[in-house]
Amino acid sequence: MTKIVVDGVEVDVPGEYTLLQACEEAGAEIPRFCFHERLSIAGNCRMCLVELKGAPKPIASCAWSVKDCRPGPNGELPTVVTKSPTVKKARNGVMEFLLINHPLDCPICDQGGECDLQDQAMAFGVDTSRYEENKRAVEDKYIGPLVRTSMNRCIHCTRCVRFTAEVAGTGDMGAIGRGEDMEITTYLETAMGSELQGNVADLCPVGALLPKPYAFKARPWELGKTESIDVMDGLGSAIRVDVRGREVMRILPRVNEAVNEEWISDKTRQVVDGLKSQRLDRPYIRRDGRLVAASWGEAFAAIAARVSATTPARIGALAGDLASVEDMFALKSLMQGLGVTNIDCRQDGTKLHPAMGRASYIFNPTVAGIEQADAILIIGSNPRKESPVLNARILKRWRMGNLPVGLIGERVELTYDYQYLGAGAETLAELASGRGFAEVLAKAQRPIVIVGQGALMRTDGLAVLAAAAKLAHPSPEWNGLAILHTAAARVGGLDLGFVPGAGGLDAWAMTRPGALDVLFNLGADEIDVAPGAFVVYQGTHGDRGAHRADVILPSAAYTEKSGTYVNMEGRVQFADRANFAPGDAREDWAILRALSDVLGATLGFDSLPALRKALYAAHPHFARLDAIEAGGLTFATQTFELQPGAFTSAVQDFYLTNPIARASAVMAECSALAKGRLQQAAE
Amino acid sequence: MSVRRLADEQPANFEFTPENLVWVEAQIAKYPEGRQASAVIPLLWQAQKQHNYWLPKPAIEKVAEMLDMPFIRVLEVATFYTMFNLEPVGRFFIQMCGTTPCMLRGSDDIKAVLQRRVGEQRKVSADGNFCWLEVECLGACCNAPMVQINDDYYEDLSAQNFETLLDDLAAGRPVHIGSQTGRSTSEPAGGLTSLTSFYGADGHSGPASATSKS
Repeated sequence: MTKIVVDGVEVDVPGEYTLLQACEEAGAEIPRFCFHERLSIAGNCRMCLVELKGAPKPIASCAWSVKDCRPGPNGELPTVVTKSPTVKKARNGVMEFLLINHPLDCPICDQGGECDLQDQAMAFGVDTSRYEENKRAVEDKYIGPLVRTSMNRCIHCTRCVRFTAEVAGTGDMGAIGRGEDMEITTYLETAMGSELQGNVADLCPVGALLPKPYAFKARPWELGKTESIDVMDGLGSAIRVDVRGREVMRILPRVNEAVNEEWISDKTRQVVDGLKSQRLDRPYIRRDGRLVAASWGEAFAAIAARVSATTPARIGALAGDLASVEDMFALKSLMQGLGVTNIDCRQDGTKLHPAMGRASYIFNPTVAGIEQADAILIIGSNPRKESPVLNARILKRWRMGNLPVGLIGERVELTYDYQYLGAGAETLAELASGRGFAEVLAKAQRPIVIVGQGALMRTDGLAVLAAAAKLAHPSPEWNGLAILHTAAARVGGLDLGFVPGAGGLDAWAMTRPGALDVLFNLGADEIDVAPGAFVVYQGTHGDRGAHRADVILPSAAYTEKSGTYVNMEGRVQFADRANFAPGDAREDWAILRALSDVLGATLGFDSLPALRKALYAAHPHFARLDAIEAGGLTFATQTFELQPGAFTSAVQDFYLTNPIARASAVMAECSALAKGRLQQAAE
Repeated sequence: MSVRRLADEQPANFEFTPENLVWVEAQIAKYPEGRQASAVIPLLWQAQKQHNYWLPKPAIEKVAEMLDMPFIRVLEVATFYTMFNLEPVGRFFIQMCGTTPCMLRGSDDIKAVLQRRVGEQRKVSADGNFCWLEVECLGACCNAPMVQINDDYYEDLSAQNFETLLDDLAAGRPVHIGSQTGRSTSEPAGGLTSLTSFYGADGHSGPASATSKS
């Protein structure tokens, strides 16, 4: 720790802190454009100038570390002044230079109201310009379907360049030319290739890079802001949902150091338009092969008629990937009331099961724990597609150096170098016998073995899990077995025990021809149900599930309901309601509560608090928000025979993994672009 | 200086010649494992020399692939340094110094010759021989005015001897690199004025004359 005096306040900070961080520690606010905590230091905007006693000129505080400050002639502590007239004048000068070429188009700029340059110009700007020369004009660039450019506004902070190089790992953006002719662009105006590219619009301190789908839609001060949790993948990124009236306008990341730092994937951010199209806004009943609009009463009556005509053994329930814990708890309670044991939340057929203990199905090392890993093995997964933000965390660790990464599965581009070990089970069997990369893992203090759903949904999924657990060699201090989930609902469902009861059928068996008479489908759209069963689909979008349905019960999407989600680490998180469901659509738990009355198995709660009370009584850990219930090392690692065959990733098209994304035009465009790139790379 | 873009018309592909490939690999080998990107400037330079003194898009991509860099990183370097020509140049690429010392010694006359004989800056002459560009100081002020043609300096120019020089180049006749008035290196234009007891007695100058004297 090093002592330093800032504006007369003595602070003790780590020597590697920059003066900017030390000043913040001392309570002094430093304006900045180029400096960003999570990116490398560029020191090119010069806005953070401060006075350092002994230095001949004002210095850029972001690029000067505390340990580089020399003491005074009599051994006085280094002294920094941030509020002197010199500093003020220096910053005024920098601001004046920045504004020479910055257009005065704030009234038509989407950044207006949340613009760093605008805010800081209020503090350091002057009200008139001394420049009569023409302003610089820069061509706008095409850099992809998600980010709109207005390059006249660019102040060359290079945050976007550093982000794509250091966090996204794709190196999409760069600065061409020099001096006054420097321009920020992608290579010859190709679309960016990263799944995290939307973040560059957040990083941009001015209005040069803005979200394209949101262009000219709303002003920041018109929006109602709700803190929520993302459900597009298993990571559970912290998001903020901005709503105007009943309409979700945009989704932005929130800072959560433990999960997503401050990044979100493009699917999380730009799925917004999917929330508005293809929505189910009233109940439907299939009559003579066609779905016709009906009232809630008619729909419930149709269901009741079918349910009463069959036996519990011929009824089943599936929960989809976007269901909240409350929804699944209500459905499970309803099924229990009816005496049904055929329930499953694993529509992709993964072999994970709560009976093996919680440690067998969560990301035990935690996402933040990736930064402590000293070896990583990835089995049957493409983390870049399955959870791009998690992949960025692996890249972050990899960039620190000395991280061997091995991969078994598809040969994919992960943004960091890895050792390709093999395609499938044969390689895993070889590793399990202690050869090759297994030696690296055995020597590692904190190894992580990431297992993807692609490997776990094979028939020998349990054998893969057992082999992975063996390779991770868990100890009481460190459990490196990391299950990478692709579904936001999965860990919550497994925690609830939303799996077949004694003698019950699993998802695969339930969807075979003639297996069931009535199937309750709570938003499971990625599974084909064979003809025969009477399907009650409760969901949000007219997607695959609704096409197969006999009765459709319209429900609320994730931004329209208050719900609990458990992310892949086992972290319990709470998503608040930001807006209301369209038309007659209702929250899932309320639909199930009303239906239970009609079916004669009335659920014991009339409100969400009552439901949660029952939920917390049955599963106390759901009440501990943002905490991870310790997994323990209880799961049995039975040895199973691995069957030969290659592992494939569970996510083939990152942009179209769920009904909301499939309804989004923006996601469709991204998907088409990504396919084009893939073809180009193959040629 | 102005905004620099890649040429509109680009060749389909670019490969280093076998001799250049040997040279290029020797350059890459100078840097430690994982730091190959350091060789980007020598590689681009060699690519430009091989490709008639201008750098096409396939060459930029080829260099990026060889050094395992994203394309944009190499494009940044190629657009930053003006020594990389992004558009085709003539057989003789003339960089005329117009900075103060050259200007005081008559670079305006040289510029007039170029404007008359070659035409506009950055435009290749009709016969494909010449292309010129006014640049900032090339560091040969004592022999001003001067131009750089491809890799060599031609100094002590006047309108007359520059015209002759261009005629000779165009006709393929041998030319003298360096001073066009016959002076050696950057000695005083009117002969030696100091240290004459050591040098210059035999009409020569420099260390060679000292040796011949003793």
